[in-house]
Amino acid sequence: MKPYRIFALIERDMRKFFRNPALMMASMVFPLVQLVVLGYAFGGKITKVRVALVDKDTGAEALPVRNGLNAIVQDPQTFRLSEYTDLPEAVTDLRAGFLKAVIYIPPDFSQRVLRNENPRIAFIEDNTDTFTASGIFERMQQLQNSLNGPVLPPLEPGQSPASNLAGLFSPNRLPASIDIQTVEVYPYIDYIKYLLAGSISLSIFVTAMIGGGITFIDDKARGLHEGYLSTPLSKVDLVLGLIGSGAIKGLMAGLVITVIGGLIAGIPQLWEPLRLLYLVLVLAVTSLSMLSFMFLLMVRVSDPLVPRAIFGVLNTLLFFPSGAVYPTAGFPVWLRAMSFVDPFTYVVEALKNLLLKDTGFAGIRLDLAILTGFSAALIAGCILLFKRQI
Amino acid sequence: MDAIEVKGLTKRFGDFVAVDNISFGVPQGEIFGLLGPNGAGKTTLIRMMTTLTPPSEGLARVAGHDVRKDPDGVRTSIGVIPQALTSDPELTAEENLQIHAKIYGVPAGERGALIRELLEAVDLAQFSKALVGTFSGGMRRRLEIARGLVHSPKILFLDEPTTGLDPVSRTNVWEMIEKLQRQSGLTILLTTHYMDEADKLCERVAIVDHGKLVALDTPTRLKDSIPANEVVEAEFAGAPPGWREALASLPQVLSVSEHEGVTHITTQNGAEALGAIMDLAHRRGASARRVTIHSTTLDDVFLHFTGRQLRDELGSKRLDISHLYK
Repeated sequence: MKPYRIFALIERDMRKFFRNPALMMASMVFPLVQLVVLGYAFGGKITKVRVALVDKDTGAEALPVRNGLNAIVQDPQTFRLSEYTDLPEAVTDLRAGFLKAVIYIPPDFSQRVLRNENPRIAFIEDNTDTFTASGIFERMQQLQNSLNGPVLPPLEPGQSPASNLAGLFSPNRLPASIDIQTVEVYPYIDYIKYLLAGSISLSIFVTAMIGGGITFIDDKARGLHEGYLSTPLSKVDLVLGLIGSGAIKGLMAGLVITVIGGLIAGIPQLWEPLRLLYLVLVLAVTSLSMLSFMFLLMVRVSDPLVPRAIFGVLNTLLFFPSGAVYPTAGFPVWLRAMSFVDPFTYVVEALKNLLLKDTGFAGIRLDLAILTGFSAALIAGCILLFKRQI
Repeated sequence: MDAIEVKGLTKRFGDFVAVDNISFGVPQGEIFGLLGPNGAGKTTLIRMMTTLTPPSEGLARVAGHDVRKDPDGVRTSIGVIPQALTSDPELTAEENLQIHAKIYGVPAGERGALIRELLEAVDLAQFSKALVGTFSGGMRRRLEIARGLVHSPKILFLDEPTTGLDPVSRTNVWEMIEKLQRQSGLTILLTTHYMDEADKLCERVAIVDHGKLVALDTPTRLKDSIPANEVVEAEFAGAPPGWREALASLPQVLSVSEHEGVTHITTQNGAEALGAIMDLAHRRGASARRVTIHSTTLDDVFLHFTGRQLRDELGSKRLDISHLYK
């Protein structure tokens, strides 16, 4: 062992390291990005989810319930209320993924309150998202407690018992105890089922990263692309060919994970033909969007280290804000903004709608439209930026 | 009309002029060589002619198509074998050719026979199903030549086709290029920094240095253009002051130059000059460590025009007679 030889090797690697901004970013800046994104992506309070209120009673005793719900809308803003007049319509929207829960006040609610005949309101929840459902239900329980019978606060020093009873006659209290009857619209969802949509998107992302990023740049570095640039292939041919091949690989990876993952997680009726067709459609558009996204990022890159260096941070920036592991309703505003522009979000939503809720086309059409538009814009960008010459 | 017509072609990268106002023409059916050292601008020149790099100035017309105005016309008329090995190592030889045939729209019915024929022509028929990643450099280069011919181009561009190949593979590639030209009358433009390659293969050679065209003619005429038939190269020990001038004063010697310790002496008659040189060395107390005589080569032509040597390796034709003087 000769120390000067070791120092020579260290010097060589340090010089290379400091001359490679991508590597420096990957090792010094990206972990901080991961810290911030991951730190805020888990366990936040659910806010501003869409909940339907179907008030079939509209009587005087329903008013305190409505007031209580509106108070939650104001603060802590757990949900936003949408008024529905028809319960089946609200449940249809719940099943299609447009709502997270439906609160139903039955027509005889006021009468039952006045007669003290076990008055109930129904809380119909989308239990495919247990984080959101339990977040809303927690507020509903607090509302129930505040509406139900008197709970006398301890007397303050010097306070008269009479003044303490005044709260009993508050207009926001009901003379009878009410129940909240919870209805889950889907069978019990394990976390593995919840996670499946994210795993499928991740498999496509990894394929896109390898097919659209690493392979493309490695071929470029090896000079293989020169063999194609001297042929009559146009920019459009080259971009569509390279993205198309990657998208097919992504679709294949996505299908394998959907089927095997679906069987492991126990997704019911996975083989239903129409549902499978929709799944293939979502996977195909997902692959296309991920490939075009990756290709646009790499279209002018020629250093093979770059895609490898940014792989981890891209994964963090795309996967965790998507709602794959925790609902976006629990994110702070800036993370929600990231989630809004993150194609993963729409992929995860569409896959959850198909795999967990079996919504049919209604639950995926908006996501498909967004992903298709996203892909088209990115492909146009790739064609514009692709260098046909050396 | 020439198959390749280049007028005032220039390429600048910022302040650096890689190709400086080069003009030449290549008639149909000719094997034309661009000879020059690494960094002379040969690859940039070939890239401009094959539409891979846009020229900064000048005109290049290939198979009648302007490289700027009609790049697709150029691309459909040419086969290009770049310096880098560009065949896909993960595919078989046949698959590589199939893909290229499809890119060029060769009809499905013709592909099979064409590919068999091409693989036979490059002596790779028995390896048609083998992965290209398992090929030697020479086999891969031959496959690339076959790939460049898959759409029956009018002109074939080869950028340093034998760089990095062993001598046997180089000879194979040379034979193949000559065979191709003989059989199909293809116009071939190749770049090389091997003078023996240019000498053996090319009907005409353009010598390029620092982006400029310094000479252009047939190898024979280029060699005849310098005032010597033979060159004596020697390494002297104990050479006295004024030794170079003393050599130059010999009546048999045309010129004397020295590069990296080797003295190059041009002459009309190598044997006569050698005798006089050895006699002079004996009289002046110098001794020759190593002496060779060879006919003038393109390397000497390059030396004559540029003042520098192009040599990468000694040719097999050289006669080493140093043992006679030990």
